[in-house]
Amino acid sequence: MSRFKEKKGGTPAISTASLPDIIFMLLFFFMVTTVMREVDLKVKVVLPEALEVTKLEDKALVDYLYIGPPMDKQMGTEPLLQLNDQFAKLEDIDQWVKAGNERRLEVLVPKITRSLKVDKETYMKFVTDVKQELRKSNALKINYSTARGR
Amino acid sequence: MLKKRAKQGPGEINAGSMADIAFLLLIFFLVTTTMDTDVGILRLLPPIVEDQKPQEINKRNVYEVLVNDADQLLVEGEFLDLKELRSGAREFMTNPNGSLNLPEKNRVVASFCREQLALNKGWLASATDSSKAQFEDAVKKWEGKLNAIELLGEFSELPNDALISLQTGSKTSYDMYVQVQNELESAIRELRDELSQEKFGRKFSELDEKKEEDQPKIKAIRLVYPQRISEAEPVDLTKKN
Repeated sequence: MSRFKEKKGGTPAISTASLPDIIFMLLFFFMVTTVMREVDLKVKVVLPEALEVTKLEDKALVDYLYIGPPMDKQMGTEPLLQLNDQFAKLEDIDQWVKAGNERRLEVLVPKITRSLKVDKETYMKFVTDVKQELRKSNALKINYSTARGR
Repeated sequence: MLKKRAKQGPGEINAGSMADIAFLLLIFFLVTTTMDTDVGILRLLPPIVEDQKPQEINKRNVYEVLVNDADQLLVEGEFLDLKELRSGAREFMTNPNGSLNLPEKNRVVASFCREQLALNKGWLASATDSSKAQFEDAVKKWEGKLNAIELLGEFSELPNDALISLQTGSKTSYDMYVQVQNELESAIRELRDELSQEKFGRKFSELDEKKEEDQPKIKAIRLVYPQRISEAEPVDLTKKN
């Protein structure tokens, strides 16, 4: 009997006073690592898969182009180009490249990578045209964005 | 009772809900976080040259890869399966049997490099401002080769105009294009890895560009197996045939 009694009064409740601190630590970790999705995708992009891939190191030095069929079925099924938040035409690429260059320091401009997120069903004609536009605007460093795997 | 309270000042704020608030924030960030980094195949586009003259190209120095509208591969004039492309590209880069249809590999010899380096340095010293850049480049080139010999021993080098030329039809799918790029990339990566493993005991991909001791090694290996995949000017394939 006495044994039971001892147990009852024995271990006190674990103090939860430090719980907020732990949670805050986790919170800060996620706050720092979070990258908010920068744009709303208006085109459907299913990336092709590849094995020989490189990681893009510095996210601040990457601009994204999206090419794929529009999500909105009313726009048709032909692949379209999306720059920033809206649909764009090939002629808009030059403007977009310049805007991207101006946002960064001049020394960093040659290091900017344009990452092409292209739907895998797209015909090469469109991609080649986009590449030509990029060349004309002197944005030569590009990345064919892929999914890892296969 | 009332008197006692006033003496103590306002009571402490209850911090019990702090954890709940923090939890809420935490869950928000957990949900919005995207951890995945962008991966892909990095390429450099050639700058646009104004009046481009059609260059004289030695056919054996070009590995011609054509992909037609039906996603079929035509490599050096023959149909090829995608799986065979890698070994084909490897053969092109190494030319193990000294075939006359593949690029002629030149032996790079230390004494010749030194000779050239001395010559170019002499020219550089007496050069006018306008031609200085040309000799500076030459000096750099030969220094690079000497450095590679030091690290790797004497090696055979691909001719300067050797390249893999990749052309696609207008209706080739992007997926196929990426697969072909992937195979070519992996052929070059394999060769580099093998060489690096043999000479330095580590794979090429394990060499770190940020480490000073690795930089000359990376440069040397890149010299032996350069990555020259040309993003060719778009050519209308239908016109050609």
